[in-house]
Amino acid sequence: MLAVDVHDLTKSFGTRKVVDNVSLCVEQGEIYGFLGPNGSGKTTSIRLMCGLLTPDSGYGTCLGYDILKESQKIKAQVGYMTQKFSFWDDLTIQENLEFIARLYEMENKKALVEETLVNLNLQNRAKQITGSLSGGWKQRLALAACMMHKPKLLLLDEPTAGVDPTARRDFWDELHKLAAEGISVLVSTHYMDEAERCHKLAYISYGKLLASGTAQEIIAAQKIYTVAVYGDNLIELAEQLKVLPEIVQTVVFGSSLHVSSLDEDKLFATVKILAKNCQVELIQTSLEDVFIYMMNNSQDNFGVSNAR
Amino acid sequence: MLGSKLFSISRWWAIIVKEFLQLRRDRLTFGMIIGIPIVQLLLFGYAINNDPKHLPTALVVNEQTPFTRSFVQSLKNSEYYDLKNLVNEKEAKDGLIKGHFQFVISIPVDFSQDILRGREPQILVEADATDPMAIGGAVSSLQGIIQSVAQKEFKGTTSYLIENKKPFSVIIHKLYNPEGITHYNIVPTLMGVVLTMTTVMMTSLAVTRERERGTMENILAMPVHSFEIMSGKIVPYILIAHIQVGIIACFARLLFHVPFFGDGLALYFATVLFIIANLSVGILISAIAKNQLQSMQMTIFYFLPNIMLSGFMFPFAGMPKWAQCIGNILPLTYFNRAVRGAFLKGSGWAELMPSIVPLMLFCCLVLFLATKIFKRTLD
Repeated sequence: MLAVDVHDLTKSFGTRKVVDNVSLCVEQGEIYGFLGPNGSGKTTSIRLMCGLLTPDSGYGTCLGYDILKESQKIKAQVGYMTQKFSFWDDLTIQENLEFIARLYEMENKKALVEETLVNLNLQNRAKQITGSLSGGWKQRLALAACMMHKPKLLLLDEPTAGVDPTARRDFWDELHKLAAEGISVLVSTHYMDEAERCHKLAYISYGKLLASGTAQEIIAAQKIYTVAVYGDNLIELAEQLKVLPEIVQTVVFGSSLHVSSLDEDKLFATVKILAKNCQVELIQTSLEDVFIYMMNNSQDNFGVSNAR
Repeated sequence: MLGSKLFSISRWWAIIVKEFLQLRRDRLTFGMIIGIPIVQLLLFGYAINNDPKHLPTALVVNEQTPFTRSFVQSLKNSEYYDLKNLVNEKEAKDGLIKGHFQFVISIPVDFSQDILRGREPQILVEADATDPMAIGGAVSSLQGIIQSVAQKEFKGTTSYLIENKKPFSVIIHKLYNPEGITHYNIVPTLMGVVLTMTTVMMTSLAVTRERERGTMENILAMPVHSFEIMSGKIVPYILIAHIQVGIIACFARLLFHVPFFGDGLALYFATVLFIIANLSVGILISAIAKNQLQSMQMTIFYFLPNIMLSGFMFPFAGMPKWAQCIGNILPLTYFNRAVRGAFLKGSGWAELMPSIVPLMLFCCLVLFLATKIFKRTLD
């Protein structure tokens, strides 16, 4: 059974189509990364899947339940972590956890809360007001809280935004552990390193799903070739390359410049001519190159549709 | 050097422009800026009358003579009394308890004959003195009315009747608050005012706070029904309101020695209804308001007419018709009547019904509206 199996989801706010014909399948025990620029409809899509919003059109199931008719059953088995920390700042950690346990009508509430606190290593701070926790701790608490009712599917909306690298790594180790236990995870993120840790990815922009599959599949599907240029005056070089028709994209990565093209042969030759004193090497197109490429292209589409 | 000047017109202008832009976007505040002065002007300018006239008065006249007609005409001319002819004394008294009448004026049988015989008969004026301010002007006008009627009617052959003595006298019975103690009137009604202010604000904030902080999304992602959320949020405030009622009732009895003559259970029932009515208004506001600030603004906007037009601050009977119409849709108007009735007039279930029924209607209507609007905004 697929954990998430939705088709042609569409949702508009006013005249703006925020989610446009999005179809998505997440298999059991899979970590599915959901990527896209700000305002691309990631949050709205997730809300549609867990029954917080009703789609204008489209259909599908979540954990085998109809997203249109059985949202109450879905909610009982889904753990949803909102983008913004949404537990009660004015309650203590323990009180927050107790509230969740009561609301999901869990058995052995006391033991469950205690167990969660121990797992979080927060048993000494159980009586601390939640609002005084740091961002990383809040995020850990939020994940633990939405895991308390043993959901089969986790919907995580940018769970690691503003969290330090170590805490992020721990968080992802935890996610992989959960996935190994058979829990499915749909997680939205802006971080490339996180995207690479997902089993599968979907890229959404301006409400449209542009690509989905494994990282390799997504890269291969775009059919762009990339060279890395090392040397001085990379910004200047990028400006010169940008105007050429065979070059689709130039991105500066610190000390190197990534130049992409649809034509492998022309790419190398063109760059070689302009970048005389630089070292040029053909590299594997990265996920980031591809995402920037897709984002720029979709922006053009959006501009056209807007002008109409 | 840029930024080193003590005062820069450009920086100052930047702030001004920004404030205006924000003000323009904030429709509600803008509405309040325009709305409050208009409402206040109308209320203070027209509705508020410290010398209320046109007070509803039941007239029980047991004879029709030129003299009584003249007397009635003089009452009318004074503009203090809006007369309604009633023959039934009990009906008149009932109306007084329920607050339909401010006065009952009874002219006895054979009144005119007794005057001619020099028996100096009496006209009985019973006044609802719960609110001493409401009847002050009307009562003091009575002496003048008697004088002018006497001078007009007893001329020529009957002029001997007004020589050295009054032809008849007027007995004024101030009922329910005979000493005209102002706090007997104010203290019980404070209960309603306090409840209106606090309960409406508490509930309207309770829901918008969740929405503003983003915790509402969290609750909604959990398997819980919106009815459970709403009623679960109301219950604690019902309890808090009970504490407030208890405090005010104790203070009224022990500190201000306001008498209590009525049916406690009936008043309690009316109070619970009134609390629910206000909590529903709070929820309705929270369903409309986008943030806590808007909730506060709307609460104040609701509170203003309640305090002005419910008969708390100014005598209800003395307000112009349109103001009474507005007052008649406010729950505080009915609750004030119920509280005064129970404390000072000894009202029981029967007398409180005219207050209880409108409160019930108000609850149903507002709760219906609130849940209707609330469901829509959740999606």
